[in-house]
Amino acid sequence: MSIIHARIFVVGDNIDTDQIIPAQYLNLVPTIPEEYRELGRYALCGLPDSYPPFVAPGEYTTAYPIIIAGKNFGCGSSREHAPIALGAAGVKAVVAESFARIFFRNCIATGELYPVESTTRLCERLRTGDRAALDLDTNQLVHEPSGSRFPLAPLGDARAVIDAGGIFAFARQSGMIQ
Amino acid sequence: MGMTITEKILARHAGKAAVAPGDNVWVSVDVLMTHDVCGPGTIGVFEREFGPNAKVFDVNKVVIIPDHYIFTEDKMCHRNVDILRAFCAKHGITHFYDPATDGYKGVCHVALPQEGHTRPGEVLLGTDSHTCTAGAFGEFATGIGNTDAGFVLGTGKILLKVPATMRFIIDGALPHYLMAKDLILRIIGEIGVDGATYRAMEFCGFCIDAMTIEERMTMCNMAIEAGGKNGIIAPDDVTRAYVKERTALPFIEEFSDPDARYYSSHRINVADLEPSVARPHSPDNYATARACAGTPITQAYIGSCTGGKLTDFLAAARILRHHKVSVPTYLVPATMQVKNDLATTLYDGLPLTTIFAQAGCLPIAPPSCAACLGGPKDTFGRLMGNEVAISTTNRNFPGRMGSKSASVYLASPYTVAASAVRGCITDPREFL
Repeated sequence: MSIIHARIFVVGDNIDTDQIIPAQYLNLVPTIPEEYRELGRYALCGLPDSYPPFVAPGEYTTAYPIIIAGKNFGCGSSREHAPIALGAAGVKAVVAESFARIFFRNCIATGELYPVESTTRLCERLRTGDRAALDLDTNQLVHEPSGSRFPLAPLGDARAVIDAGGIFAFARQSGMIQ
Repeated sequence: MGMTITEKILARHAGKAAVAPGDNVWVSVDVLMTHDVCGPGTIGVFEREFGPNAKVFDVNKVVIIPDHYIFTEDKMCHRNVDILRAFCAKHGITHFYDPATDGYKGVCHVALPQEGHTRPGEVLLGTDSHTCTAGAFGEFATGIGNTDAGFVLGTGKILLKVPATMRFIIDGALPHYLMAKDLILRIIGEIGVDGATYRAMEFCGFCIDAMTIEERMTMCNMAIEAGGKNGIIAPDDVTRAYVKERTALPFIEEFSDPDARYYSSHRINVADLEPSVARPHSPDNYATARACAGTPITQAYIGSCTGGKLTDFLAAARILRHHKVSVPTYLVPATMQVKNDLATTLYDGLPLTTIFAQAGCLPIAPPSCAACLGGPKDTFGRLMGNEVAISTTNRNFPGRMGSKSASVYLASPYTVAASAVRGCITDPREFL
């Protein structure tokens, strides 16, 4: 997938894993398909009430497949439920100023979504609900209402792993494992 | 060219003479730890990817410690422990601490050292961000996700990027009213919750050398709150005495070379330090307890991997020996060992259990992660509304302890106990 067209959901700095998926939902096991789907309902439900709902009540997926964030997105716990809840909700990419280490790695390991770093601070320039196009070949985010283009850092080797669907799928595709 | 302790441990486990920050290396794993929250998903990945008949890489190197959601009516949580139990039986996992038996321990990061699973110079991975606690024993320890853990379960190896090291040289002796928590909250306040992202945090200096092993665990536990990949403290006689009492397994110690290269060096003198608080809603929202004094609280909490060790309860007892609490005060020992020690450890001639009962604290809860991370609705001490809590735990992002309209202040056991007595945030020097 080279270009992702989608509505964006804008959040600030230090969105931690408890806000992405509150701990009460960690009784769901991501490798059980019904529970994977269920995790999507609760994606980002731990955000403060000043945010609009990320997933509408009664829905399993979001209307906002691209998240725009500030610094240190995904800090806190190592729970893989975090990228999985976002992926199950239909999120394709998070574009953040920076990522916490374990969350970033879990995005790649699971292949759930693309964690893309922006070279400028976008979370104060863009608004939730706007449409954007994320181009992973040219490494830019196009804000469709204004036509503004914002540069992104290349994903490098991680791109192919996520394209394949995670480390195990990538390792099989590339012949590293049987 | 010299290497840091972190680089030397990773080099040896990668079978290389040397590594440098930024190198991606395949590393052999000495211990893989998982628990009831991430274990079932890890097992799910392992069975999906390696097949139903696959064997784990080493039944003696996989340690499974259910600890998060144990004392709850939630059926899914019990189902998850059942998944662990069945897996351990099928594979003959040696180290499974089953909540349904006398072998139950409690919080994994405190149980790991108590049961002899932390050893200098080793690589310990766990499906929990606070796995970095074990760096206090001079080993490389870090948190990983289920998919990486599923890979380790099958192969015993992981691909790791060698982190650059930030060195924190801590001078001076901690005054009698300060604890490791005050120091690490101050460091996180200075560098921020992403101040050590992708990097090792190495703690050294006179103050660290003088710390007990439990206080060193508090330092390394909180490395992740600055985004650190690992926290680490070189082993010494304190480490050796603790470890050798609990395991007969051999280990190889590593130490930073005098000419090791550091990403940065930070010098802190604790003589300048005051009792610390992290205000809502971030561990780097530093203030002195003095500056927050008078802020009303509705409850106090002493527990978790970072603040529920015997040292933490002894500190609270020093203040609660002659004072009654004025807000509900929740006590959750990290492990069965800590819980038992509360009954047998005396302060001023009285068992800690008696001191806490006389002070009016709530009955001591069974060991687990409890309300540190909210959890199921029936979790002991969980915040349900717009409470204002002061807590010895490690994280206070919105909703962390169960309610996103609640406010959580993080502090040392001294500051939490003093605040519980007054019903508002209180500088513990008033009592010490």
